[in-house]
Amino acid sequence: MLSIHDLHVRVAEAEIIKGLTLDLPAGEVHAVMGPNGAGKSTLAYALAGRPGYEVTAGSATYDGEDLLAMTPDQRSAKGVFLSFQYPLELPGVPGLTFLRTALNAQRKARGEDEIAAPAFLKLAREKAAALKIEFDMLRRPLNVGFSGGEKKRMEIFQMSLFSPRLLILDETDSGLDIDALRVVADGVNAARAPDRAMLVITHYQRLLDYIRPDRVHVLAAGRIAASGGPELAHALEREGYDKYAPLGQGSGGQAAHLSAEAPHGA
Amino acid sequence: MSLASALKTGDIAELPSRRDEDWRWTDLRGLIRTLPAASPPGDAAALERGLFDDQATETIVFLNGRRLSGVGPVVVAAGVPRTIALRFVNQAHATAHHSALSIAVEAGAALTLLESHEAAGAAYVADVELNIRLGEGARLERIVLVDEADDAIAVATAEVELGSHADFAQTALTRGAKRQRCETRLRHGAGAAARLDGVYLLDGERRGDLTSEVIHNHLGGATQQLTKGCVRGQARGVFQGRIIVARGADGTDARMGHHALILSERAEVDAKPELEIYADDVSCSHGNTVGALDEEALFYMAQRGLPDAEARALLTEAFVGEVVDRIEHEGARDVARAWVAERLRAAQ
Repeated sequence: MLSIHDLHVRVAEAEIIKGLTLDLPAGEVHAVMGPNGAGKSTLAYALAGRPGYEVTAGSATYDGEDLLAMTPDQRSAKGVFLSFQYPLELPGVPGLTFLRTALNAQRKARGEDEIAAPAFLKLAREKAAALKIEFDMLRRPLNVGFSGGEKKRMEIFQMSLFSPRLLILDETDSGLDIDALRVVADGVNAARAPDRAMLVITHYQRLLDYIRPDRVHVLAAGRIAASGGPELAHALEREGYDKYAPLGQGSGGQAAHLSAEAPHGA
Repeated sequence: MSLASALKTGDIAELPSRRDEDWRWTDLRGLIRTLPAASPPGDAAALERGLFDDQATETIVFLNGRRLSGVGPVVVAAGVPRTIALRFVNQAHATAHHSALSIAVEAGAALTLLESHEAAGAAYVADVELNIRLGEGARLERIVLVDEADDAIAVATAEVELGSHADFAQTALTRGAKRQRCETRLRHGAGAAARLDGVYLLDGERRGDLTSEVIHNHLGGATQQLTKGCVRGQARGVFQGRIIVARGADGTDARMGHHALILSERAEVDAKPELEIYADDVSCSHGNTVGALDEEALFYMAQRGLPDAEARALLTEAFVGEVVDRIEHEGARDVARAWVAERLRAAQ
């Protein structure tokens, strides 16, 4: 579904992603883990098309199309959803107004009919109830005055409302207590489907106890330094990221890759 | 010196110019080289429906400066509150006219005034002078919607005098013109309350000017003022707000806020908030900000599928919506909200 090849991304004159290659087939959940500064959020933003994140080389193909040639709203209409690490507050814009305008903009871009207000409200009520979101919260300006956990829950709510096909979760676990984490993870797990793929970006292994990935990739110094099964996340939890990106050295990746692929005992 | 006196006397030297401190950003003398001829009466049969027709029970129309029905001042007596639509229609082409009306809201009476300044012509010069008096405990809410032609020059001035414990609320919304100014001069009564809000939405080469002067001469008056503006293209917005608290006007509470969004590199906003306080026991504050739309918020909205123009319109609408939401008359609030939304989307 998503095929990234030799991607290079520059932000404000600094190259952050340096030749990243990753294949994410439909129906799979892949985790991208890495230390702070490895380029995790940069990868997420580049895939979503954030201005200022300049792709200098490489490609990203989504459903056979050139993802990087699309504007951010076109990517959204095609089913790309980025759950933000820090969801934005929109003062004066009621949540429901924003969501209906956004959903209809996506539908219009896909050549579908607009969803009428009553049908939208019914849909929003159902999805909110499933995520234990008080409906009154949706009438308030989006995310304004919400706690970190409430904002993340609103992201998952939007995700379930828009039914995207490619989900990118950027540090969705940050700022969540264990109960909120469970609600968010349940929402994400409910979204698993054969025609849907997810990229779960996280620093900690904790989230992966709830959202079990098919593959785990270690992102260090702008590249995938290692890839493996779910057990790789546990190894990282025990051993840390140190061996993947020794400061000042760009060549540690290969050795790390070998050790990561080696079987780990219980 | 005023546009009104220049039109009356035909003397161009009567026009306010940049040498007048209060007119330095809206220099009419430098703009008008010769005064245009007087406007013809206009064709009343060609009048379109007014924006506030559905909200009001009475309508007063000025067409090219001539009042179509009734004479003399509008007097509102205590009893049943009244809602009047007041229309200033400019059906003129490169001509000039002046309209004047006095409104008295007697003690204990209540009036909602839904005022529209409408373009049905081009390149005209229009002046409107209102004289508003509120008796003791009287109430007036005035909504002013200024929708002039882009090559018009238009000035609307209101002199407002409040009796003791009177309550005056005003929201002026303008899209500017070649030059357009809404000026309000208000004198407080003891314990009176005033709300003086404004919205300017300017694009192209339009200029809009919201100027006010509020004088607290008595005990315990309250003024709240919130103006928000949005400029793009090569438009230029002006906000001048002066609040004077005279010696002895203790217990005055005055708050002024002006906030503007500049949405293009060549647009400009000039703001001059002034508080002159000569009394000791007062509570006054003012805030003034000028900024741009939040790029991060725009990206967030785009990520959720909103095309850039739609995202900008939604954020801008939310920004000025704070002022529109303060309109008390529900029908007028809806008209104002729809007008703002239409303006913001048309200008993209």
